[in-house]
Amino acid sequence: MLGMIARRFALGLVTVWLVSVIIFLGVEALPGDACTAILERDAHGEALAACREAMGLDTPALARYAEWAAGVVQGEFGMSAGGQESIAQMVGYRVRNSLLLAAGALAVGIPLAITLGVVAGLARDRWPDLLFSTGAILAMTIPEFVAATVLILVFAIWLGWVPAIVLTPADAPPLEFFPEFILASTVLTMLMIAHVMRMIRASVIEAMASEYVQMATLKGVPYWRIVFRHALPNALLPAINVIALTVAWLLGGVVVVEVVFNYPGLGRLLVDAISERDLPVVQAVTMIVAATYVGVNLVADILSLALNPRLRSHRARQA
Amino acid sequence: MSGAAISVRARAGGVLRDMLARPSGAIGLFLVTFHLALAILSPWVVPYDYKAMDATGTLAGPSAAHWLGTDHLGRDVLTRVMLGGREALLITGIATPVALVWGGLAGVWLGLRGGWPDEVAMRLVDAFLALPGILPLLVLITVFGTGGEVLLPTLAFFFGIPVIRVARAAAHEVVARDFISAARARGHRPLDIVRREILPNVTDTLLVEGAMRWSWMLLGFSALSFLGFGVSPPRPDWGLMVSDARVYMSLAPLGVIAPVVALSTLIIGINLTADALAKTLGLDRARKAVI
Amino acid sequence: MTAQPPLIDISGLRVGFRGRSGAMLPVLHEVDLAVRRGESVGIVGESGSGKSTLALAAMGYLRHGLARLDGVARFDGQDMFALAQPELARIRGGKLGLIPQNSGQALTPTQRIGAQIAESLRLHCDHDPASHRDRACDLLAQVRLPDPDTILRRYPHELSGGQQQRVAIAMALAGEPEALLLDEPTTGLDVTTQAHILALLRGLARERDMAMVYVSHDLGVIAQVCDRVHVLYAGETVLAGPARAVLTTPAHPYASALLAAIPGLGDRALPRALEGRPPTPDMARTGCAFAPRCGLATDDCRAAAPPMASTPDGQRARCLYPDKVAPPAASQGDRPATAADGPPLLTTQALSVRYDSPGLLARLRGRSRAPATVAGIDLALRRGETLGLVGESGSGKSTILRAIAGLLPPAGGQIGLADGTDLATAAERRRPETLRRIQMIFQNPDESLNPRQTVGDILAQPLRLYFGLRGQPCRDRAADLLETVRLGAHYLDRLPGQLSGGEKQRVAVARAFAAGPEAVLCDEITSALDVSVQAAVLELLNDLKARHGTGFVFVSHDLTVVRALSDRVAVLYQGRICEAGPTDAVFAPPHHPYTDVLLGAVLAPDPDHAPRLLAEDAAELSPPARGCPFQRRCPVKCGTICETDTPPARETADGHVIRCHIPLADLRGRETGQTAS
Repeated sequence: MLGMIARRFALGLVTVWLVSVIIFLGVEALPGDACTAILERDAHGEALAACREAMGLDTPALARYAEWAAGVVQGEFGMSAGGQESIAQMVGYRVRNSLLLAAGALAVGIPLAITLGVVAGLARDRWPDLLFSTGAILAMTIPEFVAATVLILVFAIWLGWVPAIVLTPADAPPLEFFPEFILASTVLTMLMIAHVMRMIRASVIEAMASEYVQMATLKGVPYWRIVFRHALPNALLPAINVIALTVAWLLGGVVVVEVVFNYPGLGRLLVDAISERDLPVVQAVTMIVAATYVGVNLVADILSLALNPRLRSHRARQA
Repeated sequence: MSGAAISVRARAGGVLRDMLARPSGAIGLFLVTFHLALAILSPWVVPYDYKAMDATGTLAGPSAAHWLGTDHLGRDVLTRVMLGGREALLITGIATPVALVWGGLAGVWLGLRGGWPDEVAMRLVDAFLALPGILPLLVLITVFGTGGEVLLPTLAFFFGIPVIRVARAAAHEVVARDFISAARARGHRPLDIVRREILPNVTDTLLVEGAMRWSWMLLGFSALSFLGFGVSPPRPDWGLMVSDARVYMSLAPLGVIAPVVALSTLIIGINLTADALAKTLGLDRARKAVI
Repeated sequence: MTAQPPLIDISGLRVGFRGRSGAMLPVLHEVDLAVRRGESVGIVGESGSGKSTLALAAMGYLRHGLARLDGVARFDGQDMFALAQPELARIRGGKLGLIPQNSGQALTPTQRIGAQIAESLRLHCDHDPASHRDRACDLLAQVRLPDPDTILRRYPHELSGGQQQRVAIAMALAGEPEALLLDEPTTGLDVTTQAHILALLRGLARERDMAMVYVSHDLGVIAQVCDRVHVLYAGETVLAGPARAVLTTPAHPYASALLAAIPGLGDRALPRALEGRPPTPDMARTGCAFAPRCGLATDDCRAAAPPMASTPDGQRARCLYPDKVAPPAASQGDRPATAADGPPLLTTQALSVRYDSPGLLARLRGRSRAPATVAGIDLALRRGETLGLVGESGSGKSTILRAIAGLLPPAGGQIGLADGTDLATAAERRRPETLRRIQMIFQNPDESLNPRQTVGDILAQPLRLYFGLRGQPCRDRAADLLETVRLGAHYLDRLPGQLSGGEKQRVAVARAFAAGPEAVLCDEITSALDVSVQAAVLELLNDLKARHGTGFVFVSHDLTVVRALSDRVAVLYQGRICEAGPTDAVFAPPHHPYTDVLLGAVLAPDPDHAPRLLAEDAAELSPPARGCPFQRRCPVKCGTICETDTPPARETADGHVIRCHIPLADLRGRETGQTAS
């Protein structure tokens, strides 16, 4: 099994490396560069050449990539386009804030999603299932920005519990932006539950219809014991991968939610950087997010290996 | 059991009938058809010009003249809501089939080919999927502009990548079966095998996947417009309308609620349709023999 | 006859399901079943007869979608369909146990074997929990599983099919049952494994005085284990009585036809086919369900359903003319078409095939390669001849066919056609003319036809590819092909999903013959079919062989089928040939020790015939690196020479070759196995 883990790990590294190449090439391929962004209309002739030399943009792409990649591995992301701030510093607190958001959503959402999914699957086509499934479909169809906007409407404007617009700096202690945190993670949790719940429901239904559950019934095993000892362990195995995908989605969907709530996280930073054409920041944030995604998937794969006996055994025979 | 010829059209007719028999299918298809009709017919039906600004009342509530009120520039909300789906449906309506076709063909080919082209391609797919969803779109749009000619290929390309995964898995499942071995043993060319043997068995999965992709793409499109990277003002678009109107939510909530309802009903319709399609085609759960 | 009420007592049971149109379609029509303590009853029927449904109903269980319409199912006096859940759970797995059909699927994949057996013990016994482990080991020993400690720690997927089945038996025994329901428990197992498991079950039933309800489609199995037999046809009991009477002089035409359709190791004749299909639940029936296919049917039979009639020898038959039923031995099939002589059409020399390819790491480490999956195969097929390849799982027989067809690359040796065409190339690279001459038919008709193509499309593929036919000429030719396999032209527009297993396999045969091949490779083509359908397909093949002079390479694990159809036979074990030659010679002594084991394990539908278990039932994963492939299981291994040297080929007087270190004289002198009866 150690061999399999090592292989997954190596593949993960390859993927991260590929991401870095894609990002770098993507940025390279775009017309213009940091200098044209800074100089804007003055970007030509002498001024342009001087700027490029100053910023090191006249060296060949491969060298620049190597330098950047080396830096990334050490956690050094360079300076932002304006040359003013160290990206690492900018990013540090925002990573914390975004992680808080994701963690909050996961901590509440995953257990809830699993519970609802199992209940819906066991009560197939009866009222709990219809209720939860319909709720899930509705939650899935509402875009994040809509849900976010509606929440602000309700909680900030009608009820006045939280201020509508707040500008909190990124490095403020979490307590200061707690209201936004609650609202943002509520939106994310809702959407996440909808997705995960449906997958778990399908998985539970399939497990309960399986031959081994039928055999357990005919062995005289009581219903709840079948559910917890026979069906669920098999039904929840695919959930691991679903949860990993959800984490990935969280990292992506966070962007819109952070914008709506003005939440000081990575997503907000990303959108601002794109608007300002601050490409080094864009590169850095994308790398971090992508690496996190690959890392999460790797953990999920390893967990799957550990928990699913069929994947583990090299001596597995065909049934 | 009829011995009648089963042509593609007849089968499609049968599937449609089965879908309409289910409540989810009926509601879903109704909503989708309604929106499509609205998008096509609205320019002739709307009461006002979407640009026309009524100086007399901005952020007005519902009235006889303006059934849903006006927005912050005095434009008629009803008109803008009715027209708001056109751009989104047009662009996503073209981009989704394109994404399906390119992702589907690539996935099927990879599923067959195997070997190292498959390994390399899957690493690339993983890498692209690792990028935070909206990011590549934002970057490309920032640089190249927000016109339809940028949005369409961008959406089609990036939304086709997850389709590769699904198509590849479906192809794997089909390739393992004996009728493919039989075709290989007869000596059919690989392209013929893909066309005649594999694709017909994979289209079901791809259809359902396509419906889901479409709803995702619409959500993504609206999110882009919301962030200001999609449809450019003054053209009406639901996402854009929500973004504009949310600042004035406390004064004129209809400006937010109307586009939200429009978008949500369309998405619900597509999701219900996809659900019903999956159940009709038997893709949600394998049916066991009763005896 | 004791006055005790039967332990399992099902009477008047009607079960059905709601069809698409909303009507209630019956699956079982007023079936009765009574099993006394210590008695073994067999339920025989083909697919769709409702036999599994009946057996599970004894536990008060119906599969999802089925409903009980009428009747009672009692166990030990209690109405199983009326019991409350806790009571039901106490009986199930306890006094009434079930051995499922596919233990690989029936054991929970995420629980270790020990945990699953302990669960049964905990639910149904009062013993101290601490003693569970020892009791589990004990149970595994009773089902003759070696090394119980290790097995307890394993997961289900880590065991072989035979081991899984034994575990299922152990689990059922844990509840100390008074009765066991066995739902086709040896289907899918190797012949030798099956023989061992049946012997085990017989022994256990005797020791513990357990009642057994044995469901099977295989009359040979039933003959081994059961005292009484119930024959089901289309959801009705058509015949019930003592096993001996039912199997030798059945009082119902269906049972007689079923017995006649079973190939035996005796006279080389094709089994008699039974035309037609049983009625499906949605068909309304008046009169006897079997009448459309029955040679004795009269208008009375078609007018009203016959009642059960008793015969003097203790059988009850649902027939108006039980005394007119011809005994199965009287209806002999045809002798198979004999081969034409001539030079070989298709040959292989020293053919070997590998499945594994060691990764870079293994090669760097200098690990020696595992022995080839298949090696040293010398075969010759003459025009118009049927060459049978027989062996159990792992024998490599399918692998050889795939290599000949070009689906697998040979690792060594040669494959060639008579005119010198080399077949060692992949199918993609062969010329169309070469491909046309060799066609293949696969085992599972559900898998080998494209579910999205109509029969017409399926047949058009080879016609278009090899002959360039299109449009109406193509369709006409396809209709002709359907005629030759006795399917009407109206099948052209049907989808495979609308056809029965037998019909699908006929389409596959038609497809193979569409190319006008010289040799047809048949990969277990009848193994997935009911016995009566199998007989029809064999008859069809024989017919085509006589007409076109096609050669067949016929792969099967079923010795009786191979015997009935083949001119020459090769016996394979772990990818190597043990014995080869003309069929009559191979099936007559002297035998290779493995052939002996195989022949001994064959079951005949004859209660007087008991299989001989000669070798241990151990599954082998791969062939040994050197020496004789059978060295690890051979009951007459003569010493270390079997492990080191490849056995020499010894030729007998009647022209067959045995590869064994034991000299022929000694092989001849041994107590030899199944002789032609």
